[in-house]
Amino acid sequence: MDVMEKLTILADAAKYDAACTSSGVSRGGKAGTIGTASNSGCCHTFTADGRCVSLLKVLYTNHCCYDCAYCVNRRSNDVPRTAFTPRELAELTIQFYRRNYIEGLFLSSAVLKTPDFTTERMIETLGLLRREYRFNGYIHAKAIPGADPGLTYELGLLADRLSVNIELPSEASLRLLAPDKTKNAIFAPMAQIRDGSAQSKAELKLYRHAPRFAPAGQSTQMIVGATPESDQHILSLTEGLYQKYHLKRVFFSAYMPVSNHRNLPAPAGFKPPLLREHRLYQADWLLRFYGFTAREILDKAHPNFDAALDPKSDWALRHPEFFPVEINRADYEAILRVPGIGVRGAQRIVTARRCGSLTFEGLKRLGIVMKRAQYFITCSGRMLPGLRCSQESVYRRLTGLEQAELGGESWRQLSLFDGNVS
Amino acid sequence: MIAYRYDGSFPGFLCCVWDALEHKIEPTAFLLWEDGPTLWKERRVPTDENRARRLYAALAKRVSGRFRHFIFWGFLTCLPERELALFTLIRRGMTQGKRAAMDLSDPVMARVMLAYQKLATEQDHLKGFVRFSDLDGVLTGEIEPKNRVLPILAPHFAARFSGERLALYDRTNREIFLSDRGRWEILPAENFQMGPAGETERSFRALWRNYFKAIAIEGRINPKCQSAHMPKRYRHVMTEFMADEIKSALGERTGKEP
Repeated sequence: MDVMEKLTILADAAKYDAACTSSGVSRGGKAGTIGTASNSGCCHTFTADGRCVSLLKVLYTNHCCYDCAYCVNRRSNDVPRTAFTPRELAELTIQFYRRNYIEGLFLSSAVLKTPDFTTERMIETLGLLRREYRFNGYIHAKAIPGADPGLTYELGLLADRLSVNIELPSEASLRLLAPDKTKNAIFAPMAQIRDGSAQSKAELKLYRHAPRFAPAGQSTQMIVGATPESDQHILSLTEGLYQKYHLKRVFFSAYMPVSNHRNLPAPAGFKPPLLREHRLYQADWLLRFYGFTAREILDKAHPNFDAALDPKSDWALRHPEFFPVEINRADYEAILRVPGIGVRGAQRIVTARRCGSLTFEGLKRLGIVMKRAQYFITCSGRMLPGLRCSQESVYRRLTGLEQAELGGESWRQLSLFDGNVS
Repeated sequence: MIAYRYDGSFPGFLCCVWDALEHKIEPTAFLLWEDGPTLWKERRVPTDENRARRLYAALAKRVSGRFRHFIFWGFLTCLPERELALFTLIRRGMTQGKRAAMDLSDPVMARVMLAYQKLATEQDHLKGFVRFSDLDGVLTGEIEPKNRVLPILAPHFAARFSGERLALYDRTNREIFLSDRGRWEILPAENFQMGPAGETERSFRALWRNYFKAIAIEGRINPKCQSAHMPKRYRHVMTEFMADEIKSALGERTGKEP
C-alpha cells in the first residue's frame, strides 16, 4: 500500500476527532531546526465542513483491539486497515510543513495490540521527528488510556499538547458503549498529565534546561447526542474538568451515525445534533472568557439550552434585575455580561471611557454592534433614544435575530465555534 | 495648502511628520515621488534614517510601545489617505501623551483602528494560507493581499524556515520577500513568474489535496461556515483549491473548488 492510500485511510479514520488546535505554546525559530509555534495557534485551511485544519491529523494505525460501539475504528467494523511506518509519517509531516500546509502534527492512534505497544510506536515517530528531522513545530499527541505512565511521560516530553478523550459524558454511557474503557483508565492519565505539566513548569523556573512536559497543556473531547445526558450535565462536567484537571480546552463532537449498534440511536433518519454542539461551545466560551459559572447558565429548572436563543441572551432575559448596565460606570465584568458585547468590545469600552463619557454614537465607532446590546445598556443614564420594548418583545426580537443569523432552513448546520481560538 | 512628497517608506513618512511638526504645517496630502504634479505647494522630504529613528523612539516614550506598533501597522494598511490620519494621531500623541492612545471613540482613531483590525486579520490568515512549492530547493509562493502584509510575514517565515531559501511574491504591492537561511529582504519586483513544479512537488500537492478531502465530514458539509472562516479571495493561490496540476499558481483567478 502506498503513502497516498495510507494517508486517505488514516486521515479518514481520524476526522471525527474535533480538536485541531495548535495553541498554548510560543517558540521562536532556532538555528539548525525547522519550525516555530505561536501562542494563539494558526489555521492553515478550512475543510468543506467549515472546520479548521491546523495540524496534520492522522492515526498512526487504525488496527484496533477495542470494540467501542460509537467508533468507526472498532474491531468489528469492516474497513480497510493499515499503519504508517514512523519514517513515512515523519517525512510526510516535514514535507507538508515546509510547504506551509500545516502547523504541525496531531498524532492519534487506534490501539494496536496493547496500549503500551501503541504508545511505543508513537514515541518512535515523534522521536524521529524531533531528533533526526529537528522539527521544532507543534505536536499534539493522544495519550492512550491504559498505557504505562512512564511511556505517557516520554510521549509528553516530545509533544506540546497531550489529550485523553473522555469520549462520553457519563460512566454509565461509557459502560454501555465502550466496554473496554473504564472511567479510571481515562482519568488516571489526565491527572498524570496535569501533575507532570505543573511539575515541569515549577522546575523550569529553577533550571532553564529542565525537561518540558506537555508545555501546551491538555485537552479532551466528548461525543454529544449518542447518549441521553442533559446539557446541564455536560456543562457542569465541562466546568469540573477545567477546574480539576486544568484542561486548556474541552471539545464537543456531535454524534455522527457510524454504526447500527443496538445501544446507539438508529442511523436511519438520525440528524447529528449540530445546533446543540454549537450551543455547548457558546456556553463553553461563557465559562472560559466571560466569568460565568455552569450553574448560572443552566440549572434544574432549565436543564437544556433554548434552541432559539444563545445562552448569553437567555441568561440576560432570565435576569432582568441585572440590567440595564450603565456603560460609563459599570465594571468590566458587568459589561462583559451584556449580550452582543464581547471581550474585545468590553476592553475597548473600559479604555475609551477614560477619555470622556461614551454616547451611543461613540459605541458604534468602537465597533460595538447594537442589535442585541441596545436592549440591555444605558449611556449616561439614558436608553437608546426611540427604543420601545417590553420583556416579551425583546425575546421575540432576539430569537428573530438568532434565526436570521443561523440562516432559516439550514440553521442546524451552523457551527461558528469550530475555529482555532483557544 | 501644503502637500508632502516622499519615497513611500515608513522612515520617509516619519520624516515628513517630523518636518510638519517642526514647522507647524497642516499637510493637505502625502504624495510619492512618482505621483503626478498637483496644484498644491509642495515640500519634498528626503528620507533621513536618523530622524526617523528618533521620532520612532519618541512615539514609544511619549505614548506607548503599543501605540507605536499601531502606527507602524496603520502605515501598512490600505486605508485611503492613511498618512493624513496617521499624522493626526502622531501629532496628538506627541502633544497629549498616553491619552491619545485611549481615545478609541474618536472618529480618526476609529477609522485607523478598523483598518488596523483588517490588516491584523489578513496577516493572521495569510500566515496560515500561504502555500509554498519546492522549486529546485527554493520554497516559492505568491499572495494577493489587500494590505501590505509582507513586512509582517517576512520575519515570521524567515524564523520558521531558518534553514531554507524562500521567495514570496506579493502581486498587489509588486514586491518580493527573499530569504536565504534566515537572512531576508523585501525588494520591489514588477514581474514574477513561478517556475514549473517537478515530480516530487506534484506528488506532495496531490497528497495534500487528498488529505484535504479525506478530513472533511460529509454529514457536516457547510460551505457558508467555510467561507466565513476562509474568504474565497484567498483560494486562487492555495494548493488545495487548484484543480489542475499543469496550471501553476499564476493561473487566472478561478475561485472554484476542485
